Amino acid sequence: MDFDAILIVAGSAVRLATPLLCACLAGLWSERSGIVDIGLEGKMLAAAFAGASAATATGSAMMGLGAGLGASLAMGLLHGYASIDRNGNQIVSGMAINMIAAGLTALVGAAWFGQGGRTPSLNGDARFSPLLFGLDGLTLVTILCAFFTWLFLYKSRFGLRLRAAGENPAALETAGVSVRRIRYAGVAMCGLLCGLGGTYLSVSQAAGFLPQMTAGKGFIALAALVFAKWKPIPALFTCLLFGALDAIAIRMQGISVPGIGAVPVQAIQALPYVMTVILLAGFVGRAIPPRASGIPYVKEN
Amino acid sequence: MSGRRLPAWADLTLVPLANVAAAFFVSGLVVLAIGENPFTAMRLLVAGSLGTLEGLSFTLYYATNFIFTGLSVALAYRAGLFNIGAEGQAYLAGLGAALVCLSWPGLPAVVMLPLAVIAAGVFGALWAMAPGWLQARRGSHIVITTIMFNWIATSLMAWLLVNVMRAPTSMQPETPSFAAAAQMPKFDALARSFGFTVPSSPLNISFLLALIAAAFVWLLIWRTRLGYEIRTLGANASAAEYAGINTTRVIVITMGLSGMLAGGLAVNEVLGVQNRLLLEFTAGYGFVGIAVALMGRAHPLGVVLASLLFGMLYQGGAELAFDQPRITRDMIVVIQGLVVLFAGALEGMFRTPIAGAINLFRRPAENPKA
Repeated sequence: MDFDAILIVAGSAVRLATPLLCACLAGLWSERSGIVDIGLEGKMLAAAFAGASAATATGSAMMGLGAGLGASLAMGLLHGYASIDRNGNQIVSGMAINMIAAGLTALVGAAWFGQGGRTPSLNGDARFSPLLFGLDGLTLVTILCAFFTWLFLYKSRFGLRLRAAGENPAALETAGVSVRRIRYAGVAMCGLLCGLGGTYLSVSQAAGFLPQMTAGKGFIALAALVFAKWKPIPALFTCLLFGALDAIAIRMQGISVPGIGAVPVQAIQALPYVMTVILLAGFVGRAIPPRASGIPYVKEN
Repeated sequence: MSGRRLPAWADLTLVPLANVAAAFFVSGLVVLAIGENPFTAMRLLVAGSLGTLEGLSFTLYYATNFIFTGLSVALAYRAGLFNIGAEGQAYLAGLGAALVCLSWPGLPAVVMLPLAVIAAGVFGALWAMAPGWLQARRGSHIVITTIMFNWIATSLMAWLLVNVMRAPTSMQPETPSFAAAAQMPKFDALARSFGFTVPSSPLNISFLLALIAAAFVWLLIWRTRLGYEIRTLGANASAAEYAGINTTRVIVITMGLSGMLAGGLAVNEVLGVQNRLLLEFTAGYGFVGIAVALMGRAHPLGVVLASLLFGMLYQGGAELAFDQPRITRDMIVVIQGLVVLFAGALEGMFRTPIAGAINLFRRPAENPKA
């Protein structure tokens, strides 16, 4: 591979990593506050559809972004209502959001645009265009989000409280802070970040929405979150690594490696999942989730 | 909370009914929002799924898939394990069945079919036991691991079907067709051999296997020692440990049985209908199992009833999409998601209002002073 090819793969790795990083940071905010979220996929899909639809209707990519953020935020708050106020099962709620988003986007898309669920092709101002090194504003914002997440989480009082809500909510409540409010803030941030990732998919990376276009990215992000041990800066690097794997898999299609032969693309695609299983099992290193995540917090009377 | 206690009968009937009614109410609003009449849609759906013999047999064929995956989720749920991996387990089970059918194509049906069914069960079980073991011994969360195993299964099967098992003459990522002996007996063929004229349908004896599996799961959970251990583990894991139950063993066996049940989906689809192994034959039916198990409250009878309802939705939904093209089959996925939301995540939402309503009628009888 020559230098140009490396640059091309690197650029495509960053672009492929962007939606992963958004969803991974989203999961980080939610799970660090104590709410497990397997609905990242569904929220991104909803945002991708809302973003592309609004961009189509208004001709403005920024309006698309607003709609994407709004749709994903709404679904995040629904998950929050089920998990925080109703003490519902967070896995079940995340599952429900994935299903509702998968069905609703395809159904409404087909009814509105009559193109089998896709939105019309976006061009001109309706789509984000590259700003710097072939990367657009959304990618740059996403990378900044990783640093801001780190800053908030570890250098602010709010971040301390968020982490406490995920580790020991009873102690937080004893200190006079509402666990409910902190957790709602966590799921709201999760919604917004998924919205960013979803909008990126349909209004920047692709020129429009396709049914099921997230294609498991929400779950790779979940794997990345485990891999990064629920920490923001490792999340950035894990997502870049997973993005690079994806870029290499695309590049390697049909290419024979000397001494090994053709590497099956599927093996590279499965690698993030396999690595996560190994890490989660503690065979190499150990990934331990926030202690109180997944457990509804019931205030003592 | 004493004033809000709900009698058991209401908990088993009124609460699930209210949850499902809420899911269908919101679905109706969705139909309305895309500009169709929800009552017409409902009528078409019921007529399409129950109105004709053909519709009914398709409904039962879909229900077969859901009984298997619903039981798979329900059994694990009883042990406190959330198995999201039925989809991947069924996918691998299809591989097991296909390996038997393709390796020994000359076997007679009486040997081939039981062998293929067993292979499907074993492959499904193994793909589920690995996450079970990782949860029991390594502390990996079963939800995350089964999700990862679903995606690993997707990659593995794509590679096998594209590069290894594909028929040499075909461009499609699928195996050659199996020998005729590998076909699960179909009801339409059986009926015709007795001289009846019936419409063609994919309904086959896997449906009976599914009902037997439901009875078996009921016996297992409430009439065996293992079932007692499963329920104890589900109710309180540390108490189960303290009572001397080998929790690792129970977790691994329960997951194995759960994966085996998921394998029934492959029996119905691969051996009953497709007669070959093809890409993505599981088609999301594994995830429907979660909705079915939640709606059926993880009880085998409830799972069978919920599966019939979802069978109606799938068959009626297909007819509906044909008659009213604006309501695509994605509507089923929306309804499914809403059922999971209302019967699962928001399960307690209607409990307080229902308890209040019941108390309203009860108060005079229970309170003699009034």
